[in-house]
Amino acid sequence: MIKRILIANRGEIASRIIRTCKRLGITSIAVYSEADKEAPFVKAADEAYLLGASQVNESYMNMDKIFDVAKKVAADAIHPGYGFFSENAVFRQRCEKEGIRFIGPKSEVIQQMGDKINARNAMIAANVPVVPGTEKAITDVEQAVEFAKEIGYPIMLKAAAGGGGIGMQVVREEEELRKVFTSNSERALNFFGNGSMFLERKIENAHHIEIQILADEYGNAVHLFDRECSIQRRNQKVIEEAPSPFISEKTRKKMGETGVQAAKAISYTNAGTIEFLVDEEENYYFLEMNTRIQVEHPVTEEITGIDMIEMQIRIANGEELPFKQEEIKRNGHAIETRIYAEDPVRFFPSPGTITSVNLPEGKGIRHDIAFTENYQVTPFYDPMIGKLIVKGETRKEAVERLEQALANYRIDGIKTNLPMLEKSVAVPQFKQGNTTTNFVDNYYIPLIQKS
Amino acid sequence: MEKIVASMAGNVWKIVKNEGDVVSSGEDVVILESMKMEIPIPAEADGVIKELKVAEGDFVNEGDEIAIIE
Repeated sequence: MIKRILIANRGEIASRIIRTCKRLGITSIAVYSEADKEAPFVKAADEAYLLGASQVNESYMNMDKIFDVAKKVAADAIHPGYGFFSENAVFRQRCEKEGIRFIGPKSEVIQQMGDKINARNAMIAANVPVVPGTEKAITDVEQAVEFAKEIGYPIMLKAAAGGGGIGMQVVREEEELRKVFTSNSERALNFFGNGSMFLERKIENAHHIEIQILADEYGNAVHLFDRECSIQRRNQKVIEEAPSPFISEKTRKKMGETGVQAAKAISYTNAGTIEFLVDEEENYYFLEMNTRIQVEHPVTEEITGIDMIEMQIRIANGEELPFKQEEIKRNGHAIETRIYAEDPVRFFPSPGTITSVNLPEGKGIRHDIAFTENYQVTPFYDPMIGKLIVKGETRKEAVERLEQALANYRIDGIKTNLPMLEKSVAVPQFKQGNTTTNFVDNYYIPLIQKS
Repeated sequence: MEKIVASMAGNVWKIVKNEGDVVSSGEDVVILESMKMEIPIPAEADGVIKELKVAEGDFVNEGDEIAIIE
């Protein structure tokens, strides 16, 4: 039985995991850096231990230090959250070696899905549609030019080991490909230690829609429906909702089934997300699989009533899924907006001290946040400092609640993207539920350029 | 003589220009990494890098001197 969970993460997700631990009567153990000494998640945890200096290699990305604490305090499981070690196969193996349960999938599947080319090939083998593209890693520009001719422009140039949009770029013609291939490959090598690239056809006017999966260790797998995450800036999500307002019920059902089929084909366990690109005709193509809890999991929790962190813990504990597919019902509509400490115009990060806060309250409003008044947003970590989640009986009601909540949301002392969120949700295309991955470029940027 | 200062706090991720290099206004001198994002720090004048005050891996605060251009 899992009784003591060490949370190898920080910020809002650490607080979120602690919340479920408390409800389940599990001891929550936080680890933190110098910069996070005063952070709310450190205070909320039952126990908290300092890892070291603020830089991630001295703290949240220092495997030895994390395991030193885990062993010293006799943690029986580690929840990795998202980012940091959550999709790190070596960390997962270390857990096994130390006899500590890892709340997530097996290392083989983390490794397989972490390499974008292997992931693509595994999906092809599982009869899951993928975006037309290269089947092997490309390391030189001539090879890339050859493949691009076969696939046809425009193409997406991507890093095989990629994530967070690093090394990724739309390329519209050969000359451009020749220009950018090497620099993107070098960037990928710098960030991921792997400069391999691959090419995919660019799907125009695409929607980013993903399927949430839960799978236990006994071969049972279910989906918890879909999330639409099309509104992004710098290839990172900003607004997510469930269910997708774009796809038909028929497509929704088919995509859910495809997700389960994919999870079963790779013997997936625990919570995972299969991301798809969906074109204007509702054809969908596998994009990547995230082998961890997602930032946007709350919208799924809101429409299904299922605590995803609890499910992750139960699965890691060796329990069977407590429901069958047909028993999972959805109800209403939920939308999440990510709150970033960043300039709302240039999307540059904006560290500093939050001097005062006003959080909107009311029916259907949920806050998953990392901050309080006088909280210091440091330059060491991701600029996402929290999430506002709203729920309504209908999408219209959810959108109205979101507009109202954003109008009353205030964070002083640092720049945040709150003005961007307010402007974005007022755009007619958002109200109509017509949000493609071009939303920010097509509607938000022109809006701020005008003013 | 022109000072180049950090526009925000962060780690020096990459030195693009070294001492003695010729730079033109707008060209990146170093790249900082802050909140998981690359922040290029460009020269604001043409000249030669007279002194580089940071090394890769250093942490700088907003307003710290990064280089001097002559």
